[in-house]
Amino acid sequence: MSTFVYMTRCDGCGHCVDICPSDIMHIDETIRRAKNIEPNFCWECYSCVKACPNHAIDVRGYADFAPMGHSVRVRREEEKGTISWKIKFRNGTVKDFVSPITTKPWGKFIPKLAEGDKPNQGEIKSQILYSEPQGLNIDGDLPTVSKDSFKKGVYY
Amino acid sequence: MIYNNPFSILSETIPSIAMQSFLILMIAFVIIGTLVDIIHKKNVKYFFENAKKAKLSATRELGVGEKTSVIAKTVVYDIGTTSELGAGKRRVAHLLGMYGTILFWISSAVMIFCYSSTTSNTPSAWPIIWHVGAIMTILGGSWFWFFLRVDVYSEAQPWYRIIKADLFVLALITTSLFGLVWSYLQYLNLNERWDDKVFLVLYIVSNLVLFGGVYWSKFAHMFYKPGAAIQKNLAEADGSRDNLPPEADAPEQFGLGIKREPPKHY
Repeated sequence: MSTFVYMTRCDGCGHCVDICPSDIMHIDETIRRAKNIEPNFCWECYSCVKACPNHAIDVRGYADFAPMGHSVRVRREEEKGTISWKIKFRNGTVKDFVSPITTKPWGKFIPKLAEGDKPNQGEIKSQILYSEPQGLNIDGDLPTVSKDSFKKGVYY
Repeated sequence: MIYNNPFSILSETIPSIAMQSFLILMIAFVIIGTLVDIIHKKNVKYFFENAKKAKLSATRELGVGEKTSVIAKTVVYDIGTTSELGAGKRRVAHLLGMYGTILFWISSAVMIFCYSSTTSNTPSAWPIIWHVGAIMTILGGSWFWFFLRVDVYSEAQPWYRIIKADLFVLALITTSLFGLVWSYLQYLNLNERWDDKVFLVLYIVSNLVLFGGVYWSKFAHMFYKPGAAIQKNLAEADGSRDNLPPEADAPEQFGLGIKREPPKHY
């Protein structure tokens, strides 16, 4: 599954760009609205869906197991501290859930990124995500796989 | 300068009918550009199909009075104050640019159609509105373009990177800026000097880019966004809510809410 953006709802605030752990939510260069630049890499974490203040982001299920008609949508009300879900099954059953927001304040368990050093353009453009590779608990650089070892015709 | 109708002075060299024809041509550009955009993107077709589908899950039928009330509230609050941008700098910059542009365009049309002859006596309010509108547009547009653009603010792109999405805002700023400079130079009455003529040409060219570039720019969001806001509020009122859950009736044990940080954690 992957996220997509309702363009008329999006106002280009950048919250999804900010929060996406896979760094695939970006700003479209023609209309300056958010877009998922690489749906294959979407973790389905729903971070952007929940963060969007305009409910402009939705998740599209794969056609083989989620035929048209189902829906999973969320409303996050920060001022109330609640997060509500509406699950609509394809047979018409509807379930509503309300839970407290469990997000911890910035700086408590989440690093205070805004107070850290400003990254340079090289770091921003790098394939390596924030805290990689040291955050992965590995020695040295990220492991790489030689393209020669790929099964021919599948990847390239 | 601020009390002088620049189009009245211009009518000494360019006939009023030419100015009026230019304005009608610009309106035609907007209509044609938007229609081609709609046909190409099929966005309006998708929008209405989606709205029709969403209506099936409506829990109540809205009467004409209720619909009118929802639409009126949307126009006054959502559209009139661009509420979707929340509280903050982006909203203030947008409001400055939006109302500045509206004032600039309306006063341009009034002065060109009603007071653009050498003999006409323009009420001082219209030139003031025109100049103030232009200044507001420049302030709001520049604030947005230099400091608040999401690709710069949240994606850490350099401020000097110009993309296609900038066509609209830059054309808007340059139109107002060149218009103001032209008005000032014309007011100085430099006789046969070239200054005001150059800025008049720049003003005309930036108008052509702004209105002629509707198909390629973000211009049409002025029509799409209000439509989307009305549909959203109608969907909230009829219970379909675009499949979103209702607002939570927050139990007290959920505690205090959290405060969202600005999206600048790149």
